[in-house]
Amino acid sequence: MSKQLTINRGLHRFNGGIHFADEHAESTRHVIASLPIPDKLILPLKQHIGETCKPVVSVGDQVLKGQLLAESENYISAPIHAPTSGIIIAIADHEVPHPSGLTAPCIVIKTDGEDRWCEREPIPDYRSMDRSHLRNLIRNAGIVGLGGAAFPSSVKLNPGPGRTINTLIVNAAECEPYINCDDMLIRERAVEILHGVDIARYCLKVKQCKIGIEDNMPDAHAALQKAIKETGIEDIKLVVVPTRYPTGGEKQLIKVITGLEVPKDGLPADIGIVCHNVGTLYAIARAILHNEPLLSRVVTVTGKGIKQPRNVEAFFGTPLSELAKFCGGYTHDVSRLLMGGHMMGFALHSDELPLVKAANCLLAGTPDELPEPGKPKPCIRCGMCEQVCPANLLPQQLYWYAKAKEFDKTEEFNLFDCIECGCCAYVCPSEIPLVQYYRYAKAEIATKVRKREKSDIARQRFEFRKVRLEREQQEKAEQMQKRKEALRGSDDNSKQAAIQAALERVKAKKEERAKTQTE
Amino acid sequence: MRFNTATSPHDHSQNKLDRLMLHVVLALLPGTAALYWYFGWGVLINIVIAVAVAWISEAFILLIRQRPVFTTLKDNSALVTAWLLAIALPPLAPWWLTALGVSFAIVFAKQLYGGLGYNPFNPAMIGYVVLLISFPLEMTQWLAPVSVSGESLSLQQTMQIIFFHQLPVDGWDALSGATPLDKIKTELALLKTIPEIKTDPLFGYLGGRGWEWAGFCYLLGGLYLIYKKIISWHTPVAVLSSMLFIAFVFYLFDSEHYASPLFHIFAGGALLGAFFIATDPVSSCTSSRGKLFYGAGIGVLTYVIRTWGGYPDGIAFAVLLMNMSAPFIDYYTKPRVYGLSKQ
Repeated sequence: MSKQLTINRGLHRFNGGIHFADEHAESTRHVIASLPIPDKLILPLKQHIGETCKPVVSVGDQVLKGQLLAESENYISAPIHAPTSGIIIAIADHEVPHPSGLTAPCIVIKTDGEDRWCEREPIPDYRSMDRSHLRNLIRNAGIVGLGGAAFPSSVKLNPGPGRTINTLIVNAAECEPYINCDDMLIRERAVEILHGVDIARYCLKVKQCKIGIEDNMPDAHAALQKAIKETGIEDIKLVVVPTRYPTGGEKQLIKVITGLEVPKDGLPADIGIVCHNVGTLYAIARAILHNEPLLSRVVTVTGKGIKQPRNVEAFFGTPLSELAKFCGGYTHDVSRLLMGGHMMGFALHSDELPLVKAANCLLAGTPDELPEPGKPKPCIRCGMCEQVCPANLLPQQLYWYAKAKEFDKTEEFNLFDCIECGCCAYVCPSEIPLVQYYRYAKAEIATKVRKREKSDIARQRFEFRKVRLEREQQEKAEQMQKRKEALRGSDDNSKQAAIQAALERVKAKKEERAKTQTE
Repeated sequence: MRFNTATSPHDHSQNKLDRLMLHVVLALLPGTAALYWYFGWGVLINIVIAVAVAWISEAFILLIRQRPVFTTLKDNSALVTAWLLAIALPPLAPWWLTALGVSFAIVFAKQLYGGLGYNPFNPAMIGYVVLLISFPLEMTQWLAPVSVSGESLSLQQTMQIIFFHQLPVDGWDALSGATPLDKIKTELALLKTIPEIKTDPLFGYLGGRGWEWAGFCYLLGGLYLIYKKIISWHTPVAVLSSMLFIAFVFYLFDSEHYASPLFHIFAGGALLGAFFIATDPVSSCTSSRGKLFYGAGIGVLTYVIRTWGGYPDGIAFAVLLMNMSAPFIDYYTKPRVYGLSKQ
């Protein structure tokens, strides 16, 4: 990039962070390219945070572009659609991009290359619509946060009763040095992003919008300014923030722009803020204005291990090998393939995995840029980890407690406020894989919690049964007692009358029976 | 295509342990050169002896502890410990003094606690204090700066003194002298005033002659370490400013009997201590706020020991005393986690 933008005044700082050298130059040289339709698309049924979807199609079905393939009734979930027309050839387990390297249920489409749409109903005049209807449309379009978290967006557009939102913050601060899909999207499609902003503002009933953009994105900044002028959409403020990893983290960006902190265990909505990524807003605009569900995304294919780094728009389900091939293939010294950036991305064991909604970057690295981890040495308590921690934690203490398996202590030291940005491990002079220790501790605690819940349920069930049996016994005893008392407590006359009445009932029954027998 | 996997983050900064330690040695070079300029070959010979003994004793104890020898030696931490102790010792200290101090520092103060990262006290300062308490005579026989005594010893002469205790014909008196801090202490006891004492050629512009230049070089080296983000500014700033402050208060109160604040900074081991010893990561505080308290404690204690204590310089004792309080300070200076309310 030739020039740097001037950083806005009156901004705030979060603790720590790291300033990295720019790695954007190569991949921003070309415009976003559309990948040709691949022969086969593999769509995992869970590409979001929340409940896994259930297929609504079966093998052999002919599907059209945009047709619903799988959905879930759960509030926190996002349906899956067919990115192009074709035939369902399998609904089975397939390897998916996940740090575990495990398989998950997927729908496999054999594409027909015709790219035939299903019927659509665009809504150009969304401001006349009911807000909950709009949210439903966004939910049904399968839109999730495209910054990497993949949390269903419609949930974030519904602050719920009791919370008033006063600011919409748009996250255009792509802070991982390799990733620039948002940058390119803004440069080329700023107008639609602004429409997305407007839809989100309408849903949230908020006027004020601040777009946080890093000072190394001058072209994107200019594009947004131009689009604001063209569309005449008001009350949008561009805020230029310093390039510092992890400014693109939601909590960090909110702190930088507003000086407020999202309360521990709380949501941005608790302090009147909702934050959406630019890619997400673009998808929202497409969903409402063109009635297009989320079918594709822009992904940065980069790294020294790829011959022609660039940004590509591809359908979900596209095998990553196709993306690599489209970008000239791998260089001979490629050694590691990452989904995401070099700080938070995870390594893939194969490129035969599908592109998913959360994938913002495919980074093919050489040993030179992604070196093999060194042998960990003893912690020298230097405190560098603490200096860079954007959550203000004590990474070193967390490491000691995680290593000693003192998980209660890790929680006391706010382990769950760790966003796993990797700054601590990056600067650790002893090359201790700190983040790995935190993941381990988190997983152990989660397992423990699950076990406790299970045993709690079992115990509750047992106790309930005990109470029920006791109650039944007591009720029986009470009834008996009542009956006895009724007999004992009444005077002779009424007793006599009762006996008389019983005898008469018996007599009447006998007569009736005799009658029926004779008939 | 298949790939190898690893966990995030997938990159690492260039500041790795062994390089970090080398940077510290690099930052010590100007100060070492200044010492050599003023005090002669003895400074360098001390360093050579100290480093050799440090490596040998560390290798020895690692073998006994059944730990990897070469990978541990390669972290350069023993090198730094040896270097720091060597430049704190009198330039004509007999070889066995240096060897004893360094081996005690490495074997007892470092490795027997579990090695690098586990030692509660600064090993170099433990070595120094052990020598100071056990051999007070040898430890206080400093060489007068070349420009004061007018005598410069050749390499051969220096080696003869250090290894064989063969003194030159006219003996110790022409060569050795008290350190400026020592001088002030003894002369004050003889009821002289500071301005009178400072007329001695031993004193330079700010601190002791020669010493002040070494101090200035340590300051430069320290700034380099801060620039390289190898140490944080908190500790040295706290050490020096607290020392300046307390010295200033007493200087205002009675400038005849209390040396000036700048003299305290540029005399003795103040600058070496502030930038290179108090900043030892292992034995100091970890949080930024904690480092401020820790450093301030060292500054004040050094002044107290220098002024009213039994030893001319107090850096080593002050550092060790604050090492003891480091975990306590850390406990009370935990940073406020993002999103936690201010209470």
